[in-house]
Amino acid sequence: MNENDIILSVLARHGNDGTRLMQILRETQEALGWLAPHTLTTIAAGIGWSRAEVEGTASFYSFFHIEPRGRYRVLWSDNITDRMLGNQDLMLQMCQALWLEPGRVSEDGLVSVDTTSCTGLCDQGPAVLVNYRAIPRMTAEGVEQMVDLICTGTPLSDWPAEWFNVVSQVRRKDRLLDHGLVPGQALLAAIERGPEAMIAELKTSGLRGRGGAGFPAGQKWEACRNSPGADRIVICNADEGEPGTFKDRILLTDHPDQVFEGMTIAAWSIKASRGYVYLRGEYRYMLETLQAVLDRRRAAGLLGRNILGQPGFDFDIEIHHGAGAYVCGERSALVESLEGKPGRPRLRTWSLSVKGFLGLPTDVNNVETLANACLVAVHGGAWYAGVGTAKSSGTKLLSVSGDCARPGVYEYPYGVTVAQVLADCGATNTYAVQVSGASGITLTTEEFGRRISFEDVPSGGAFMVFDRRRDMLEMARHFSHFFAHESCGFCTPCRVGTAVNARLMDKLAAGHGSVYDINELFKMHRLMQGTSHCGLGSTATNAIHDTLTKFYPAYQRRMKSLDFEPAFDLDSALSQARQMTGRDDSGAHLSNSEST
Amino acid sequence: MSQDTFLLDGEEIPFTRGQTIMEAARAAGKFIPHLCWHPDFTGHGSCKLCTVKANGHLNAACVTAARKDMTVENRTPELDDKRRTLLQLLFVEGNHFCPSCEKSGNCVLQATAYELDMMSPHFDHFFPDRPVDASHPEVLLDFNRCILCELCVRVSRDIDHKNIFALSGRGIAKHLVVNAESGRLADTDFSLDDKAAQVCPVGVILTKKKGFSVPIGQRRFDATSIATQVTEAAAAAQEEV
Repeated sequence: MNENDIILSVLARHGNDGTRLMQILRETQEALGWLAPHTLTTIAAGIGWSRAEVEGTASFYSFFHIEPRGRYRVLWSDNITDRMLGNQDLMLQMCQALWLEPGRVSEDGLVSVDTTSCTGLCDQGPAVLVNYRAIPRMTAEGVEQMVDLICTGTPLSDWPAEWFNVVSQVRRKDRLLDHGLVPGQALLAAIERGPEAMIAELKTSGLRGRGGAGFPAGQKWEACRNSPGADRIVICNADEGEPGTFKDRILLTDHPDQVFEGMTIAAWSIKASRGYVYLRGEYRYMLETLQAVLDRRRAAGLLGRNILGQPGFDFDIEIHHGAGAYVCGERSALVESLEGKPGRPRLRTWSLSVKGFLGLPTDVNNVETLANACLVAVHGGAWYAGVGTAKSSGTKLLSVSGDCARPGVYEYPYGVTVAQVLADCGATNTYAVQVSGASGITLTTEEFGRRISFEDVPSGGAFMVFDRRRDMLEMARHFSHFFAHESCGFCTPCRVGTAVNARLMDKLAAGHGSVYDINELFKMHRLMQGTSHCGLGSTATNAIHDTLTKFYPAYQRRMKSLDFEPAFDLDSALSQARQMTGRDDSGAHLSNSEST
Repeated sequence: MSQDTFLLDGEEIPFTRGQTIMEAARAAGKFIPHLCWHPDFTGHGSCKLCTVKANGHLNAACVTAARKDMTVENRTPELDDKRRTLLQLLFVEGNHFCPSCEKSGNCVLQATAYELDMMSPHFDHFFPDRPVDASHPEVLLDFNRCILCELCVRVSRDIDHKNIFALSGRGIAKHLVVNAESGRLADTDFSLDDKAAQVCPVGVILTKKKGFSVPIGQRRFDATSIATQVTEAAAAAQEEV
């Protein structure tokens, strides 16, 4: 097949439907390597969109390439926890062995090496994605071998299979991970209850959204059920992009039936006929396994028409892939992305329960929320509310990573103290804990008595541990770059503000900062919190704010003056000239040449 | 029948159901700073210049519906301070050189900066590399001044039905692109008669062969400020009624 035929066959497979653009682009790229200008033109003509719109989508996502990217694309996961495990040295080693600069494609078009946002393997880092396949636990020897395999052009299918082995490190199980349910059991229980009673049980249970926002799931389902519409949609938000979070990976790997069953119960309760799992691009490796589970469920009568013999209960699930955009974890951005568009959060004119995916009433729930719905269906709301705290019923999965002996997933009833988690994961000399990822809250040792709950310290699932060797300014600086990279660019405060913050943090880290820059950061914090379009912008400065207020000495010891220091450094401005001339002797540095 | 009203900086503003705070304020001759909003089109909510405090909450006035008896703060020092910072961010994000810009005096960004007493860009410039597109016989595109308001995108799509423009990329790398594989405006069916050709609030879409035909000093915002013009336009509309 020539290129054009390949594109046309992908288009045909998706019925030339523009709302499936994300999948069309991904499949085309998997076949052709990248999305060339004429490829986008062909796709645009095929789906009847303007070419510029197709380019708008293709250029928005990190994992779509509108420029050649090399036959091997190595992306180093660059969460702060990967850094703590030494990913930067390993990447440098790889680049040197390949004679490459990060971000550049080798002259022969063979390989490119770059970084990417957290890939959800923080408990087994440093991790890489090679052609979007995940490889955890990289080592110096691993890098050496990988370079050989790349240079000899060995196809990925012939690489050591054990490299691709992502393990589920479950360290503590409670009600959810120890559910003991068999496929179909929870769904049958829900059907026996009936849709209204199921929603009522969900409301009694007090189950709140596990993605971070904590909206009561029962209310969400009820609002969606009560919205007029020809059809309704259930979406499982598996765009687990918050740095340091990987609990949904465990659920999707070890308990996919519970997740799909939770979606089916939601469909039964709200009268939906279509379900989508929005799976983050980083979890591409799960796709075939998850599809096999869906096939099995269809064969067992748990999906499809007249599910479990219920006349008219028709529901099926499709897996949609993200392509590397953190902002798509925001539910309205996720829906935009599902419709084939850039992941730009919508205006809040309409609730998704009223007008969501393709204008239909849409219910978007986190993976963990849906898995919990199975427990409510089987055991009832009162039983479910039996553990946890007053406003946070049930249990929470925590993704523990960083400086501890036993990283992995821990399930606790809500209300567990930070200190308890630290003791269980074998953390010693702990200096700080970052709860709920880059957008979360930074806790000091004095705060380790606080509890994981919506009343006290809410968590989307991340729990990153930092011991006394760590520099909290570096963490905040790292997150500032993360947000600059992930801002969708729609609104001014976030688009430009995140970029300004990253520069200010670099300036401070380089020792050129002063109190002036600190005040600038506080000013940006106030501006972005109040005026940003969505949660990404309004939480992007949290880590900066928390470290400034709680770990100020980390900033202080880097400041040259209390007044003002320019960011411009004459000697470092000469670094390009030094690189071009291959010189780095003392005479090539400004301070030294002046003194001689 | 008495009309519904809300309070804007202490003054009662009448509104009709479905109107945004921005629309109602505009009709009453009250200026709420804005860049991505245009009176002829629906609100977009991206520039955030029109951020007001409605019942204590910060909201973009162009996409927030007016509600009976709500209290809205607009031209307070706190809000104008935020707006000034937003303007500064926009100035350093692109390449804006007012003294040599053909749009100077007719530019909403410049006029708003004057209105809000922006005295300097404050932040370090980003100096992005944004080559101009002079391919079209009638129109020059100078992307250096683009503030990503998407007015041209929206108008070309919704009014002209041509879809000439779109935004590409993400974050600070976001930029305006043209609907052609070559990326050149000449390879589209864009025309000077398009409504989109007239809608740019800054100096991106410029008519060729007409440079500086009106001298600086006699342009739209040279004699009266952007705020005053809103007040005068409302008064004139009132008189007509």
